[in-house]
Amino acid sequence: MTNSSPGLSAASPLLPGKRLVIPADDPLPLDNGGTLGPVTIAYQTYGRLDERRANAVLVCHALTGDQYVAETHPITGKPGWWETLVGPGRVLDTDRFFIICANVVGGCMGTTGPKEIDPATGQPYGLSFPVITIGDMVRAQKHLIDSLGIDSLFCVVGGSMGGMQVLQWAAAYPDKVFAAMPIATAARHSAQNIAFHEVGRQAIMADPDWRGGAYLTEGTRPGRGLSVARMAAHITYLSETALHRKFGRNLQDREALSYGFDAEFQVESYLRHQGSTFIERFDANSYLYITRAMDYFDLARDFGGQLAHAFRGSKARFCVVSFTSDWLFPTSESRALVHALNAAAANVSFVEIPTDKGHDAFLLDEPELFKVLGGFVEGCAERRGLKR
Amino acid sequence: MATQLQSIGAHPRANIRVDLQVIAGMIPPGSRVLDIGCGDGELLDYLVHFRQVDGRGMEISQAGVNNCVAHGLSVIQGDADTDLKDYPSDAFDYVILSQTLQATYDPREVLRQLVRIGKRAIVSFPNFGAWHVRLKLLWSGKMPVTDSYDVAWYETPNIHLCTIDDFAELCADVGIAIERGMVLDAGGRPRALRAPGFLANLLGEQGLFVLTRTG
Repeated sequence: MTNSSPGLSAASPLLPGKRLVIPADDPLPLDNGGTLGPVTIAYQTYGRLDERRANAVLVCHALTGDQYVAETHPITGKPGWWETLVGPGRVLDTDRFFIICANVVGGCMGTTGPKEIDPATGQPYGLSFPVITIGDMVRAQKHLIDSLGIDSLFCVVGGSMGGMQVLQWAAAYPDKVFAAMPIATAARHSAQNIAFHEVGRQAIMADPDWRGGAYLTEGTRPGRGLSVARMAAHITYLSETALHRKFGRNLQDREALSYGFDAEFQVESYLRHQGSTFIERFDANSYLYITRAMDYFDLARDFGGQLAHAFRGSKARFCVVSFTSDWLFPTSESRALVHALNAAAANVSFVEIPTDKGHDAFLLDEPELFKVLGGFVEGCAERRGLKR
Repeated sequence: MATQLQSIGAHPRANIRVDLQVIAGMIPPGSRVLDIGCGDGELLDYLVHFRQVDGRGMEISQAGVNNCVAHGLSVIQGDADTDLKDYPSDAFDYVILSQTLQATYDPREVLRQLVRIGKRAIVSFPNFGAWHVRLKLLWSGKMPVTDSYDVAWYETPNIHLCTIDDFAELCADVGIAIERGMVLDAGGRPRALRAPGFLANLLGEQGLFVLTRTG
């Protein structure tokens, strides 16, 4: 192996964790009309499944997240991305619930995606990987849940793209979801969000090292393009207030303006850092595919244009959460979702958490968020008959 | 009555305001209930824990909503004036609007929505026709500030005050049947007066009505 980090290698044999393989002779049906197989699903679990198999919680990760939700990341060495919520004594208490988190189809942390080897050619898929959807991701997760012998999930939870998967779960498998927590998300990707994603994709494709998507076989890496994509996206995860509070117009490592194009302002330096660390752990083609999956997400379209029909007859208890300063998935999107849930007479709670931290707030230490989710989970657990 | 759900939340509140107890007593166990303007969830919490209802709440204040949800109640942030139209007809057995009608922008439309989405609606409101309110206006010539109307006219959220007779007249106008009517005293206890009626309108501190669609 000549690659400096496992995250950028063609295959991911070194990444720790569990694997499920959907065999080639019974492949995963895709929304594009085709199939994909074999499919490896890389996943992690925490806690223990109880005797009734009633305490399973599926955590769905966001665009650049992965299955390492509550443990040190094997590549970055950073804490799990949702350790604030998942862990012993946390809202999703690993001493009480069986937590499952799987890398999405199209991802780059061990689940089959564009950087893995296509068995038909012996080469990485690259752009020959099929365009996948949120529905495909969830269909793959359903395989995983079935393989674990779980008939119904106590809870499906996720933020941003993870929240889209939560909604897809509730719509596609209404009998399998007892409680659903879609956080900082929407039932469809907005034009503005598609536009931001397109900027990111164009940045990647404009990098000469992208090589028409064949960089893995050609031995290059479109780090600059992917880095710019991440920088642009990262701005959308924050808020103007938070950026100002954190950086203002402060200069980076200097007393005065230098009249050049170095990272003179702290905010520039911060974004460059975000970009350069991101390329160490993420695959550029995965970024194209997963952003595309989000762009395609429009739950109402699958139900005759009526979002309420997606939730008709749903017995799930929903807790919809938005954040005041989130302009990527603003409260208006959550409210539209709540209106549809009301129209379906679903059991729904809806809270907007006051914060200036923007979209990223769902990943951060927000006591009000934990208080609300804790109460919701507790109420659902009692109704499910789960022991404290 | 203890139930298996009693341990939800920190402390289920058994002792609730007297007028809320009266409302709770009208709701058969197991009903599907929407409490509009549920505040911090006092009535809803009681109904869920002690009347075993399938209870939902709507509250305009975000702080109130967050408290309710953190307590394990199903509550959304919403406005009676704008957010009732989303619900399908007959979604609930009972829809409760306690001490909120007078603060709505369009009480007539709100009432119509209540009896559409609920098989029955329970509505309570402070009675502006109570004798001491009439006297205050008569003697002082100023808008009355009382226990029920404790905010000056220029900052009160109560923009559509009415008397019990006004309310009954509106119900008749829009084709809503009053299945049951009563008045409560200042302590929230029922008084033995027929409502609507002359004495009820004069002596009742609050009106409390069970409404249904006609026809």
